[in-house]
Amino acid sequence: MKTVIVALSMGIATAVHAQSMDPRFIDQKHAAEITGEQTFTHVCQGCHMADAKGAVGAGHYPALASNPKLAAKAYPVVMVMNGRGGMPPFSMLLTDAQVADVVNYIRTHFGNHYADTVTAADVEPFRSTTPNRPRGHRP
Amino acid sequence: MANDTGTASITRRDLLRMIGLAGGGAMMYQAMTSLGIAAASPYRPPTSLQGTGHGTVLVLGAGLAGMTAAYELGKAGYKVRVLEYNDRPGGRTWTLRPGDAFTELGGQRQVCRFDPGMYFNPGPWRIPYHHHGVLDYCRRFGVALEPFIQVNQNAYIYGKDAFGGKPQRMREVQADFHGGIADLLAKVAGQGGLDQLVSREDREILLESLRQFGGLDAQYRYVKGPDSSGHRGYAKDPGGGPDAAPAFSQPVGLSDVLNARLWTGLGMAEFYDYQPAMLQPVGGMDAIAKAFAREIGEGVIHYGAKVTAIAQDDRGVTVSYEDTASPGAVRREKADWCVCTIPLSVLSQIPIQVSAAKQAAIAAVPYMSSSKVGIQFKRRFWEEDDAIYGGVTMTDLPIGMMAYPSHGIGTKKGVMLASYAFFLEAYEFTAMNPDERIRKTIEYGAKVHPQFPDAFESGMAIAWHRVPFAMGCFGWWTDAAREKHYADLCSMDGRIVLAGEHASYLPAWQEGAVLSSLAAIDMVHRRAIEGARS
Repeated sequence: MKTVIVALSMGIATAVHAQSMDPRFIDQKHAAEITGEQTFTHVCQGCHMADAKGAVGAGHYPALASNPKLAAKAYPVVMVMNGRGGMPPFSMLLTDAQVADVVNYIRTHFGNHYADTVTAADVEPFRSTTPNRPRGHRP
Repeated sequence: MANDTGTASITRRDLLRMIGLAGGGAMMYQAMTSLGIAAASPYRPPTSLQGTGHGTVLVLGAGLAGMTAAYELGKAGYKVRVLEYNDRPGGRTWTLRPGDAFTELGGQRQVCRFDPGMYFNPGPWRIPYHHHGVLDYCRRFGVALEPFIQVNQNAYIYGKDAFGGKPQRMREVQADFHGGIADLLAKVAGQGGLDQLVSREDREILLESLRQFGGLDAQYRYVKGPDSSGHRGYAKDPGGGPDAAPAFSQPVGLSDVLNARLWTGLGMAEFYDYQPAMLQPVGGMDAIAKAFAREIGEGVIHYGAKVTAIAQDDRGVTVSYEDTASPGAVRREKADWCVCTIPLSVLSQIPIQVSAAKQAAIAAVPYMSSSKVGIQFKRRFWEEDDAIYGGVTMTDLPIGMMAYPSHGIGTKKGVMLASYAFFLEAYEFTAMNPDERIRKTIEYGAKVHPQFPDAFESGMAIAWHRVPFAMGCFGWWTDAAREKHYADLCSMDGRIVLAGEHASYLPAWQEGAVLSSLAAIDMVHRRAIEGARS
């Protein structure tokens, strides 16, 4: 995983070459520059919302704010890597370090005050050996 | 399509199976064709249920899967009731028109400010010619269809690092790609490189075909001249009168073509799902939803119902729900059978009394992210300035692809699908508020069409993970997940069966919803008949 953040180029999967054309799109930036906060604001807040309080519709997106489930650091790591139910997996989009960074960011913001940090080495064991790439469906 | 019914003793399916056994594939193919079914389609008009059902069925969801079930089961004699979260039929089959309001998860509200007659399909927007189920319902329900232009060789391919960021015509990229390959292969053949692989005779035919395929000249070269310009277009088009002779255009060499990577934007039309001709309902995709709702009849669909629990025992199914207008008060609805079409992104959060294997399947399918931005422009600059009449422009920008309206060509205004993003880019669009999505679409779109900012009038931005009734775009199956969970997802569990695009091999397509529903109600019907006999 060298290019780390992989995107679909014109519908057929290819690696995207980093160029800082627009800092608002993280795939345009070098992976190493992306902070946990940026991953949160560019990806996570789409569902969990900017205040990390989640949302309710026909189902709901859980609040990350003041969430006691985050006490065990493995829980958010597994959820981000593998997904479950309404949560999509991100192992094919984020590096181990990026997953650690965003989990650390969430566990120390939004009313969460967990002192133990997650490292890339903690994330690595959860990386599936078979990449979970989507096919190019776009109906 | 023929709608012929099998006799009581032998169904058409049985007949075809017998022909297949007796005469082999070719005879079966001929028989199917003469019975009016295209060879590739698993769709058969559902006629076997007619007039034989009794008992009650509760359908959850009034999208295409739910309404197919409600329509067919109702016709077959079942007493059907549908619970639907929205206040309209269709689910993801959805069209936005002037005055429509939409509040996404997070509370951002958009009101459609398009001119009268303008519309935007945030969900499904095109129908392949081989989606026989959807097309058959359109025919039966009188839904008018018109051509949807998927392929337009005069649309653009834009690569931010290719040709100085200048958009290239799809026609030129394809001609140079094919021409370069044909030229190369002809050279290899000429040097004897294929002698071990093809006969001398075949080599001559191959060379001749490469001329046609690649626009090669008489010496099998892809070079500037009448042959290549006949494919890629001219520097100056042929005209009339004096000074009418065309000027030939200069092809781009294969190495540049390959390195620019614009070929990644070709090939969409090679896929079975996007091959011409594609179709769209006249006036918006929701014409199909409205036709289903009309055919199902008044009072069957209960709108504004949020399902909160699904339970079953030996005697029936009990579904708990809340009225979205008065949340908190639990209501219950009972039936003999339940066809549940709730998207798995939502269903995975609802307590449902099914086997552990089915529960695991329900939780195992994440939903793909997708974002669409529809923009009304005050003039159809893509037609007036760029001679693009419908079709799709491919980009490697965060906005993904763009599509020009196939309808209203030559009129003053139009709504363009100005951004259609998937996956990471779609997550990023989802993380913005709607105004920001539209702003970024104009900013990036202007790299392909500088007219964007001046011609902009209004837009609607739908990010599917923020759509309250879907919470994602479509079931994102992997081969491994299918292997492990698909059978469990689709099996009948007591009195409950699931349907929807997620219970099909046609992810996201309306056809998947229809075919899965027909399979589901077939299971319900068989169980109901068995139950009546025992």
